[in-house]
Amino acid sequence: MQDILTICNYCGCGCGVYLSVTHNHVVGSYPSRNHPISRGNLCSKGWHLHEFVHSNKRLTDPLLRKNGVLEKVSWDEALDTTSKALMTAKEKTGPDSIGVLSSAKCTNEENYLLQKLTRIGLGTNNIDHCARL
Amino acid sequence: MTNSIAELEEADVLLITGSNTTTTHPQIGRNILKAVDHGAKLLVIDPRRTDIARQAHIHLALRPGTDIALINAMMRIILDENLADDLFISMRTENFIQLRDFLHRLDLKELAKITEIDLETIRKAACIYARSSKSVICYCLGVTQHTCGTDNVQAVANLAMLTGNVEKKHSGVDPLRGQNNVQGACDMAALPAVLPGYQSLEDPTVRARFQSVWQRELPRKTGRSLTEMTHAGKDGPIKAMFIMGENPALSDPHLNRVEETLINLDFLAVSDIFLTETAQFANVVFPAASFAEKGGTITNSERRVQLCRRAIPPIHNCRPDSEIIMELGHRMGCPGMDFNSDAEIMEEISLLAPIYGGMHYDRLAENHGLQWPCPDRHHPGTEFLHKYYFARGKGQFTITRHQEPSEKATKKFPFTLVTGRGSYHHYHTATMTRNSIRLVREYPQAKLEIHKDDCEKLNIGDGEMVELHSKRGTVQICAQVTDRVKPGTVFSSFHFFEVPINQLTVDVMDPKSKCPEFKVCAVAIKKVHHD
Repeated sequence: MQDILTICNYCGCGCGVYLSVTHNHVVGSYPSRNHPISRGNLCSKGWHLHEFVHSNKRLTDPLLRKNGVLEKVSWDEALDTTSKALMTAKEKTGPDSIGVLSSAKCTNEENYLLQKLTRIGLGTNNIDHCARL
Repeated sequence: MTNSIAELEEADVLLITGSNTTTTHPQIGRNILKAVDHGAKLLVIDPRRTDIARQAHIHLALRPGTDIALINAMMRIILDENLADDLFISMRTENFIQLRDFLHRLDLKELAKITEIDLETIRKAACIYARSSKSVICYCLGVTQHTCGTDNVQAVANLAMLTGNVEKKHSGVDPLRGQNNVQGACDMAALPAVLPGYQSLEDPTVRARFQSVWQRELPRKTGRSLTEMTHAGKDGPIKAMFIMGENPALSDPHLNRVEETLINLDFLAVSDIFLTETAQFANVVFPAASFAEKGGTITNSERRVQLCRRAIPPIHNCRPDSEIIMELGHRMGCPGMDFNSDAEIMEEISLLAPIYGGMHYDRLAENHGLQWPCPDRHHPGTEFLHKYYFARGKGQFTITRHQEPSEKATKKFPFTLVTGRGSYHHYHTATMTRNSIRLVREYPQAKLEIHKDDCEKLNIGDGEMVELHSKRGTVQICAQVTDRVKPGTVFSSFHFFEVPINQLTVDVMDPKSKCPEFKVCAVAIKKVHHD
């Protein structure tokens, strides 16, 4: 068993939490005692933080809608289709016809990359996330 | 937050407004209750008797949407009682005379009537807040999710400046940020009107710096906000969307409009860890890695940038969102999409965003993170903001006037519905918590809080199904008889897809912040009869 120190994925408090890992499975979570926010405490969501990671409802493969149904496809097909569709929209209806929603659940690095891609790749400032919800 | 979370514990007075803190921010709630244990006074402004309101020395149970009237009344009382901090006002603020003259023209009895709180109670609370020099205000979406949300925040700021409760340790104005990285997503400019680090899109020097690093021209026009995109409608201006880790098909107001927009898009790609309500509309769905399967940093409510560590490799065929974005970037010919690690991305962030200037992975790993602003490698980070000066120089008093919410209870829709995060065991649209067996066991279904007097009148028993109507939609929901809400007001969360409460909510927004009015909507309640 290995314990990895990370940050809780639920609310804006940002507790330090250890994930217990065996055989590439996250099997438990418990609070860091030294972390300035958690100081040995977690809420009920934090104590059960690991439970959804291996849920059998997790998406497993890229999906593409074919004849109205979402079907499993390769990463290349999903990525190619998306980049082509977004570039077509950019050319046909203009950059400002594309909207991008980023995520308050994703990391700073991911948010930074997505707004960079939106601004200079797609050419629009139409990017937002759920800060007001 | 202008303060650090740990500071709350040593405050003398805590004014909590529009925040169900012990439920939505349990650790911050814990700090507040610790302060109370040490003798601090707790004042809570909330239409509901939430758990934290039950602990309060004074609970100001205002009518939903009357925050400005209440705070104006408090300020007037502070002036009348001679409790304003004159030195702070003259040294650090401007526009006080206008505010003072405005407050003197107000009728206190009239304001108390608007809020439906007894004037003596308001007076007591105002005096407790103003008499201490270690008074903290914490506010959350109960303040911002109104058509007058920006003015509500301004009113709160006025109150803090009037009493000088801002520039010191243990005193300040603290918006509690909801999601684990909503602060960071804002800092990184996943926002339509600014560049990373809240830098102006229009400033030529800023633009030049970004363009030289990014090697591309920046778009000039301010973008559309979230609801302007999701409410664009059938023939609206938005034709294609990419949505990463968000679920607007459950979280946004007036859901039927959102659905209309998403169905009519030419193309929709969604990246998420589950097949969310939004992903079900998509043309392409990417299986994203969860937080346990990737590294990176997130920024908490007290501006602390913290390192997340990968616990396991991505499961199944999932990939981290950073990889998905860079792969798309390559295919679109976008430059600067070839980072080898999250640390490398942070180096570019620290180069471009001055408040993140000293955020380097080696430092973040050592210190349980650092609080911005942290301009360079040697800066220790910033515990609390506005120490010697405000960001704009002097703090400005702005006059705010009460305005009625956009929708009023009527004969046909006699109840006021307030929505929010209602459960300690669920989070937002519950995509994660409802995949957690024990959390589901604790709180298995959506509930509508109704006051016991109203239940008696309508002959509704605890656990019975009721139908809830607004002008925009209808949902069926299980009734919970309670005294948490006042008669005439009902409350529900938006956690459960079976009860999409946002089909009912109004789509009127604060014109300045574009924040939807989730906290006030007129509804009718009918018992469901099973024949």
